[in-house]
Order: sequence, then structure tokens, then C-alpha cells
Amino acid sequence: MTDITSAAPGAVAAPGAARLQVQVVPVWGLPIVGVALAGLVAAVGTNTLWGLDFFHVVSGGLWTAIDLFVGFIVGPIIGRLPVPARAAFSARFMPKMVLLMPTLVICTLVAGWQLARHEGNILVSNPNHGWVVASMVVVGVMAVIAIGFLEPANLGVLFELRKPQPDGELIDRLMRRFIYTAGITGAMQVATLIIMTRIAT
Amino acid sequence: MSASLQEDAHDLGAARRLPPIAELVMASMSCVIAGGIYLAAHLPQRAPMGPAVGLLAGGAALLVAAGALVSSLRRFAWRIFFQVAGWAMVAYVVIAGLLEFTFVYDHTRGSLLVVLTLSLVVFALDIPLLFAFSVARYQDPDPA
Repeated sequence: MTDITSAAPGAVAAPGAARLQVQVVPVWGLPIVGVALAGLVAAVGTNTLWGLDFFHVVSGGLWTAIDLFVGFIVGPIIGRLPVPARAAFSARFMPKMVLLMPTLVICTLVAGWQLARHEGNILVSNPNHGWVVASMVVVGVMAVIAIGFLEPANLGVLFELRKPQPDGELIDRLMRRFIYTAGITGAMQVATLIIMTRIAT
Repeated sequence: MSASLQEDAHDLGAARRLPPIAELVMASMSCVIAGGIYLAAHLPQRAPMGPAVGLLAGGAALLVAAGALVSSLRRFAWRIFFQVAGWAMVAYVVIAGLLEFTFVYDHTRGSLLVVLTLSLVVFALDIPLLFAFSVARYQDPDPA
């Protein structure tokens, strides 16, 4: 439970000193993640083309779309909101991202790897091999940015919001980092779209 | 936590320069990711293992250096650090386990499997350390 007041300089103020419930990991979402991962293991274990295609296309599509949407639509909007409004938004939005994004990423990568193996795209002799390697490089760079900057900023905001008097300046700084890195990964997702449509054509 | 300790911690956080732990972990992560891409890019031929082993060793050395720097910190929010590290460890052990399952399922064997598995181990340790440090650095240090 986080008590948001305007008592301290730099603290996040909220009208009527509203109390925000901040749960870093939404426990109710864990069974959903478990079902998704079990489905992924089943798709890999049975090596069914449809299952691999489903997990790769659905997870990859959501991952790309969410990165683009957050980076270019939600991010700039959050950036213009006052800090208390950002805090209120973050308290509800970011816990969901903590569960959603790693799940989408792992489903996309595992299913994509198996699919590329199934279709022969990972073979050096395959004409798509260069595109597959390019996609690995793009994903590798995105992983370093997301894990190194975006997710720590996300967690930092959530833990700051749990304090009795959250530091508004720190939240502002971390949110800016989150928004900028979401924009960078969003831009890199354009490269992913180009690569994936080339492979599929 | 008393008000004076909170103020002290706030001042400490503002003035204190922490070692480049996050940077070291990110460099470690970059090494193992680069090694993984290098190996995957050569399939089905077996890539020369030298560069992959070098990247793995570099990644492991950077991780150890980061771990040593973290353990040398005095007055740090260790309770939050271990809380975040624990949860992140659970999540990334599951993720690394899924990747390992895929490698084994694909009949990856021998030195290639050893290098990939050790790379996953480094990766699965990098992330909890990075998340835990990144969160704990902004928290009030544990009372002495």
C-alpha cells in the first residue's frame, strides 16, 4: 500500500491524498502466464507447425504492437502528464507489463527458433538465413536495452510508489527513461517487421 | 526507519556514487547474447568454439566482478535487493529452463550444449543481479 501525499518536497502529490495500491507482480496473472508457457512447451514438444506458428505470430505480433504503441502513442502522452498522474497511471499499468512482456518475449523467441528450425530458415544454405541472423541481432540489442534500461526503470517506479512518500523527481526521471527506451525498442520493432515480412514472403 | 535515518539515506542516495555494477552486468549480458547469436548463425555446421568460449568467459568474468562489487557495498538496501533478486531469479530460471529444454529437444549435444547451458546460467544470474541492484540503489539502506 502506498500513501501518496504532498508532505515532502519532491514527493508525489495526489488530490485528496489518494492511496494507491501498488502490487509489483500481479499474482492473479501468474496462472495465465503458467498456461501460456505450458502451451508453449506443448507446441515445442509435439513439434506441430500450427502451434509454433500460433505462438510465434500471436506473441510476436503483440510484442511488436505493444512496443510500438507504448513507445510512440502512450509514451509521449505519459510524458506530458503531471507527475501525480504519471504515478497513478504507472501504479496500474506497469505491474501488468512486468508479467506480460517477458512472457510474450519468451513465447516469441522459443516458438520462432523452433519454427525457423522446422522451416529450415536457420540453415546457412537457406536464402533466409541472413534475415534470421539479422533478426537475432535486432532481438539481442532490444533485449539488452529492455533488460538493462526499460525493466529496471519500470521496477524502480513501482518500488518508489510503495514508499510512504514517493520521490516525484525520481519517478519522473525513471519514467522518462522508460518512455525513451520504449521509443527506441519501438523503432527497432520496425526493423523486426521488415525482417519478418521478408522471411514470410 | 527514523526520520533522521531517512534524511541521511536520501542524502546518501543523492551524493553517493555507486560502482558501475549495472554497466558490468549489461556488458556480461551482451557477451553471452553475442556468443549465442554467433553459435546460432553457424548452424547446422558447428561454429569454431573459440570466440563463443571467449565471450562466455568474458561474460562470466564481468558477472563475477559485478557480484564482487555488490558484495562490497556498505549500507545498502539488502532486504529489497534479495527480495527482487529472488523473484527475478524464479522468473529467469523458468525462462532459461525453457530455452535449455529447446536446445536439448533439438538434440544439441557435447561442447555446444555445455557452452549454451553455461551462457544461460550467466544470463539467468545477470538479470536478477541487475534488477535487484537497480531497484535497491534507490531504496533506503537497511538499518545498521
